[in-house]
Amino acid sequence: MNEIWANEAVRSAVLISSKPGSFIAGADLNMLEACKTAQEVTQLSQDGQKMLEKIEHSPKPVVAAISGSCLGGGLEVAIACHYRVATKDKKTVLGTPEVLLGLLPGAGGTQRLPKMVGLPAAFDMMLTGRNIRADRAKKMGLVDQLVEPLGPGLKTPEARTIEYLEEVAISFARGLANKTVSAKRSRGFMQRLTDYAMALPFVRQQVYKTVESKVQKQTKGLYPAPLKIIEVVKTGLDQGNDAGYLIEAQSFGQLAVTKESKALMGLYHGQVHCKKNKFGTPQKEVKTLAVLGAGLMGAGIAQVSVDKGIKTILKDTTQKGLDRGQQQVYKGLNSKVKKKSLTSFERDSILSNMLGQLDYEGFEKADMVIEAVFEDINIKHKVLKEVEAVIPAHCIFASNTSALPISQIAAASKRPEKVIGMHYFSPVDKMQLLEIITTDKTSQDTAASAVAVGLKQGKVVIVVKDGPGFYTTRCLGPMLSEVVRVLQEGVDPKKVDAISTAFGFPVGAATLIDEVGVDVATHVAEDLGKAFGPRFGGGSIDLFKLMVQRGFLGRKAGKGFYVYQEGVKNRSVNSGMDEILEKFRVPANPDVCSDEDIQMRLVTRFVNEAAMCLQEGILSSPVEGDIGAVFGLGFPPCLGGPFRFADSFGARQLVDKLRKYEAVYGSQFTPCQLLLDHANSPGKKFHQ
Amino acid sequence: MLSSALRNLPVSSAWAAGAFARSFSCSSQFQASVQPKTKKTLGKTGVKNVVVVEGVRIPFLQSGTSYADLMPHDLARAALQGLLTRTNVPKDVVDYIVYGTVIQEVKTSNVAREAALGAGFSDKTPAHTVTMACISSNQAMTTGVGMIAAGQCDVVVAGGTMLTLNRAKSLGQKLSLISKIRPDYFTPELPAVAEFSTSETMGHSADRLAAAFGISRLEQDEYALRSHTLAKKAQDEGLLQDVVPFKVPGKDTVTKDNGIRPSSMEQMGKLKPAFVKPYGTVTAANSSFLTDGASAILIMSEEKALAMGYKPKAYLRDFVYVSQDPKDQLLLGPTYATPKVLEKAGLSLSDIDVFEFHEAFAGQILANLKAMDSDWFAQNYMGRKSKVGAPPLDKFNTWGGSLSLGHPFGATGCRLVITAAHRLKKEGGQYGLVAACAAGGQVMSLRAPCNCLIPLVTLQDFSLWGTKIIPKLSMENCVWR
Repeated sequence: MNEIWANEAVRSAVLISSKPGSFIAGADLNMLEACKTAQEVTQLSQDGQKMLEKIEHSPKPVVAAISGSCLGGGLEVAIACHYRVATKDKKTVLGTPEVLLGLLPGAGGTQRLPKMVGLPAAFDMMLTGRNIRADRAKKMGLVDQLVEPLGPGLKTPEARTIEYLEEVAISFARGLANKTVSAKRSRGFMQRLTDYAMALPFVRQQVYKTVESKVQKQTKGLYPAPLKIIEVVKTGLDQGNDAGYLIEAQSFGQLAVTKESKALMGLYHGQVHCKKNKFGTPQKEVKTLAVLGAGLMGAGIAQVSVDKGIKTILKDTTQKGLDRGQQQVYKGLNSKVKKKSLTSFERDSILSNMLGQLDYEGFEKADMVIEAVFEDINIKHKVLKEVEAVIPAHCIFASNTSALPISQIAAASKRPEKVIGMHYFSPVDKMQLLEIITTDKTSQDTAASAVAVGLKQGKVVIVVKDGPGFYTTRCLGPMLSEVVRVLQEGVDPKKVDAISTAFGFPVGAATLIDEVGVDVATHVAEDLGKAFGPRFGGGSIDLFKLMVQRGFLGRKAGKGFYVYQEGVKNRSVNSGMDEILEKFRVPANPDVCSDEDIQMRLVTRFVNEAAMCLQEGILSSPVEGDIGAVFGLGFPPCLGGPFRFADSFGARQLVDKLRKYEAVYGSQFTPCQLLLDHANSPGKKFHQ
Repeated sequence: MLSSALRNLPVSSAWAAGAFARSFSCSSQFQASVQPKTKKTLGKTGVKNVVVVEGVRIPFLQSGTSYADLMPHDLARAALQGLLTRTNVPKDVVDYIVYGTVIQEVKTSNVAREAALGAGFSDKTPAHTVTMACISSNQAMTTGVGMIAAGQCDVVVAGGTMLTLNRAKSLGQKLSLISKIRPDYFTPELPAVAEFSTSETMGHSADRLAAAFGISRLEQDEYALRSHTLAKKAQDEGLLQDVVPFKVPGKDTVTKDNGIRPSSMEQMGKLKPAFVKPYGTVTAANSSFLTDGASAILIMSEEKALAMGYKPKAYLRDFVYVSQDPKDQLLLGPTYATPKVLEKAGLSLSDIDVFEFHEAFAGQILANLKAMDSDWFAQNYMGRKSKVGAPPLDKFNTWGGSLSLGHPFGATGCRLVITAAHRLKKEGGQYGLVAACAAGGQVMSLRAPCNCLIPLVTLQDFSLWGTKIIPKLSMENCVWR
């Protein structure tokens, strides 16, 4: 940059990335993580601020030419420039995702963004960290001009598009230097009105207050970054730039060393880790996928496959079931059309790749079959045999089950090396996790293929060993059992939900049971109880059974712990449960029944079971354990997962808590050997 | 160019007698003829030769001018009557009528039949309407060629019609329009037609295409100016013999195309981009404009034409329709179709004497020329070993094109074919190639969108009768919209 300012012949400049697919995708996280103290991070932030201030005050206009992701620090660079030109394609996204890492935009972003897009939009961007597509960014005033991506010409579309972007950016840079182009944007009437309102201090105060209370409500005060962002923006607007930049750098430093930020960054790294296929490239790419069972899961799997260009056969046994499933896929895609992330034409052409059918026609061309039929070992065996009679030799058979051991399912197979578990989470199109389960007999290539499909479906993939409940269901089991015990001790479901969400779970524990389905939970609890014995005890399984008997199956039946009515937002507690809970009432021991104790009882059982999975080799690494718990089960993201939590809370303290509850409840709280080892050697951590 | 064309044609006496008897060709045409070349005929064994006897069009007018109060079948009727007058073909000889149109007017959805009845054709002659965006009349012609080649018919009239701005006729309709008026109703009437599959307008696509091939605004303006200049010259020299006058009810007789307006580079340079604002390169001046018009062409099997004493103007030999990605290659049809049709006919680009390409946008034509001249493009996108080569400009649209003459979507194909035939004769060529690109879309006031981006190419081979020479003309059609 100094060269540009020094050279008289240069009248304006264009900033463009030489790397295709990305303008600047943000600052280097490793650089942040290498810092030991808040002061060091603050220093980094101030260096960044100074550099961008130079660009902003450059006498020669600087134009940012944006193609690909322009996130975090990248966006801050872009908004420090005088003019922004962006390619209008799906890969070009702008955003400030710092909040997702427990940070804030630390290079002047908190100060420039509100001035550029207005206070409400700036808060929305910084507090949600959402990605903004180029066309939306243009409407918001975040970019000044759009360039349509080009098709093939005398070079590849990508190369020529970048070149064209550069040409257009140069023409605007020249225009700015000649004063034939003005960097001032014409703002719409509504925008001007908003700007005017935001200039009034009392309106601003009102906005701060509203945003703050919203943030409080959503984060339960567990995430410091959003509150800091509000404070920093406020300081800048009320007390001027200097104060704003100063507090931005200081807050950035403080946030970077919080345990929440470390946990979120750990999740970020874990996610990157789980987006790689450690089994390598499969011999044969899956081009045709068959899904058995058009229920919620089956249709969900079909949807995330077909919209990635995989030819998908959706098979059910009844026309009614099939119709429902096909409608679910249509609805899922159509909602994207409504949100404008898909055109109706794209929707139709995607759907043309999905075949709904009741028979096994065309299965001879399938490269992989995923079954999502009812969770019953006999049905699974029957389906497996039927399928193996019609599929080609290379075709993989994957079972979507949440608890049935894969080796048991594979026992009916003629080719167990081709059998694998693929455990999806409901709703499939929203939940990011896929848990893949390999048995001793599953071949490497089968695993590689399953992971490849999962990654193509956009999933974060963990691969675990076979066993009852695999990893995720197994960790959830003891915790839900404890929830039941807490309910039996007389804590009402609303309170249980409040306590668990206050700890950071996105869904309350009682609600979670309703969501999963009481019948499913009963089923799983019985299976796991048989496999693991008293460790999975605690709450009474008979309570579940009585609920099933009464038809309180959870949300799907309209009644569970709560009553669910279409269109009613504040659901009420199911009064029919009073009698049942009364029937199974157990005395509560006040020593272990404070809110905090209840939280710890739930979480320690979860963490202890997770550690046991690692100890037994079900899990291959703590990273996958953390990712599975957070993305599949909603373990509080601010804690970073069970293993990250064990590290930050301290294995010693964790074991102490377990011992305390063990004294009251017995072996369900006995800490596993791995936790004990960690507790006994203080320097030992799951995450180094 | 003329020097090579002015050669004497030995005409066999039988032929000449027939032709004169029909008073079908004017004497000037007759002088310009082709020296026998030793090129092979493109006739195919076992397939009937199909010939163009005559083709006409009413003057092409900018939308909203003299034809504004008419309906599409009125224009088609005028073209058909013009064809009847020119050829004196007995009405009952016509076996079939096919018309192309892009947006169907609700009351005359089979516009071919309504026009044929109104023009006085026999009510025993069946007629149907085809649509294929900008190559609708190409589709009409090739449908006729297929019927003749298959032995189903001997005499087919094909054509196309387009009237882009349908006005409300009744007071009620007028009132209902008022409620729908939006400010954008008053923006310039450029062919802003959106592709159904991509929601992209044609002009936008053309701008991106020009950018993809690095074609500057200056080049586009220069090409547009060339089109207008050549069209003006052709008009002034009376070369546009396919135009038949049309007495518009309540108005004066229209005798000339009214969209030809040679301007200056300075004037054109002042225009702002029409689609990609503010930095695009496609402007109103280097795009084809919304046009009203209609065309009609008489095609026959060769033996029928000769038996009736006609002197055909050209053979229609081969044609090819191709289609590709509607987003990025919407307007690249001619590039894909040209090598295919040449291969089919066993010719190379240098064998072609006359090129008539539909000019949707100057940028689109120039992009196609560049693509045809690029080995890289041929290898990476067309699966060919090498480029086909770009047509030399001195053989290319030398009597103007859609940019200057206008482009009534449904009617352009016939104009290209008959112009190629006339040019071959005038310039003494043997083979002509016609190309146009098409896409789908709709024009302002009506709804129905139609899509398809089908470039089509027909290769016609115009032999001069009476000698062993084969006049031919090939046409390729890249339709847009």
